Amino acid sequence: MGWRYDGMSRESLEATIIRIFRVVGILFFIGIVAFPFYWMILSSFKSLEEIMIKPANLGLDIRKVDFHAYYEVLFRHGFLRYISNSVYVSIATVVLSVTLATLGGYAVTRLHFRGRGFMSYSILLIYMFPAIVLVIPLYVIFSRMGLRDSINVLILVYLAQTLPVALYMLRSYFQTLPAEMEHAGLVDGCSRIGVIWRIVIPLSAPALASVALYTFMIAWNEFLFAFMFLDTPEKFTLSRGVVQLAGSVHLSKQLVMAASVLVTIPILVLFFLFERRLVRGLTAGAMKG
Amino acid sequence: MFNHQSSINNRQSLLDQESRLAFWMLVPTFTVVLAFVIFPVIWNLWLSLKPVSLGDLRGASFFKFNLTLDNFRKVFSDPDFVPALVTTLIYTVSGSALSILLGLMAALLVHGEFRGRSLLRGLFISPYIAPVVAVTFTWSFILDPQLGVLNWLAVDRGLLAQPIPFLSQRWWDLDLMGVRVRLPLALTSVILFEGWRYFPFAFLFILARLQAIPDELYQAASVDGASPFQRFYHITLPQLATVLSTLLLFRFIWTFNKFDDIFLLTRGQAGTRVLTIKVYDYAFGEFNIGASSAMAMVLFGVLSVFLLIYFRWIAKEA
Repeated sequence: MGWRYDGMSRESLEATIIRIFRVVGILFFIGIVAFPFYWMILSSFKSLEEIMIKPANLGLDIRKVDFHAYYEVLFRHGFLRYISNSVYVSIATVVLSVTLATLGGYAVTRLHFRGRGFMSYSILLIYMFPAIVLVIPLYVIFSRMGLRDSINVLILVYLAQTLPVALYMLRSYFQTLPAEMEHAGLVDGCSRIGVIWRIVIPLSAPALASVALYTFMIAWNEFLFAFMFLDTPEKFTLSRGVVQLAGSVHLSKQLVMAASVLVTIPILVLFFLFERRLVRGLTAGAMKG
Repeated sequence: MFNHQSSINNRQSLLDQESRLAFWMLVPTFTVVLAFVIFPVIWNLWLSLKPVSLGDLRGASFFKFNLTLDNFRKVFSDPDFVPALVTTLIYTVSGSALSILLGLMAALLVHGEFRGRSLLRGLFISPYIAPVVAVTFTWSFILDPQLGVLNWLAVDRGLLAQPIPFLSQRWWDLDLMGVRVRLPLALTSVILFEGWRYFPFAFLFILARLQAIPDELYQAASVDGASPFQRFYHITLPQLATVLSTLLLFRFIWTFNKFDDIFLLTRGQAGTRVLTIKVYDYAFGEFNIGASSAMAMVLFGVLSVFLLIYFRWIAKEA
């Protein structure tokens, strides 16, 4: 029992416990995080019979790999269309959001005007507004105006959802840029817009990339507004399409899983390619969710 | 003298010019936020004070001043209001606490230098990055009583006598060494999902904070003979106190207002009807837009209280 009184022994005992915990803990987390994704992908390659007969089969016979679910989902259930809709919606949101956030962020950081402090605060406040409070009134007003079932209106809603955070993130970044360089540009006869275009944007490329990725992710993943607003299948985004599909095929889980893979893979690939950027965006923007 | 005056004028006009430019640069943002955030909230308040049903959407009664508190009366006297509030609080408190606890564990595990660390970090964040529809449908499939792998594995291995409908059964009677326990099954499943999906959020912030703790603190404690557990308790935890409490506030606010996850997992059935689901149910189950807006206003009121706390907090921190 000497270890009780001996600092070094206690140190090494605890270090051993920690090492064991660490291995077990990491395995536990890998398990709970990776398994659902593994299962999603695996099931999407199974046939309906395979799922019905052997629901507990954790592997997949390589000779039984079945692409049929993807074929069905893409060509029979309109997912080809949903993919292009989602790409359009997300890219349009990114372009608009980043452009307006750059202009607004710059104005809030560098230009002097009354109410600047108030602007900065209210941006943060707006960002905390929950979607569920906004969705019913927007549903009502757009229904009445006949604008609800529209991809472009959806883009404007996404713009409003992402713009405050994007502006806030860019503002924080612009504040770290030295103003002297811009002054030099101004003295040399550049306009403010010229300064933004020639000096601020090139210097902010990393921050802009973070904001773009973050905005893309929000637009790509969004469910509630797409679900409430879109009625016509030709206008569905991927998330909206997956919900529709899940409601129409009850037993064919492989179809729902294939559709889920289609909506998940692009965002995960993008994330792993630009992990550092996105993590920076996430921690700066503290994504609502 | 004259010269001085002109330079002041000049400066004044430059400032005017700057304000005007700033105005134009902020107009688009302002318009979008006004139209899609501020206006809906005001419009919501207006709707909550009027008798409006989903069928009235085409009617002309929108702008009539027939204001009433009936919608709020309906919301508060609904026999389901108190149960839904209790469910919301349980869901919010346990979901927030669980996601932060898991996030803390994950951050402590990944903290430090080792091979494959950034890969692990990326993997751990993926539940949060993946689209909500994909992960909810996948978990529903895994937990499904007929075709779900979890139930089948458990039954195969003799761990369960029969499959458990994790997301569609309200109560689960457990026999824990002679003590009968009634577990709110679907609610527990939804809370576990919440923990799974949102721990990465806490993980990221805690990890960033852990990396900012100066090494000297640990070295000094080591020299003083503090063991690893003591160092964790006396150095790491106090250093994390601020980030943990901020996370708790944030997660509480967002979980309280969370709709998507529960809606997609259970549609609010089997004892998981939270207040956000009530907003939806009033509008699209009972076609009562007025009551739905009133419910949303109640949520908004609660949120405002928390935001007030939050901004007080920021002011104190700064």
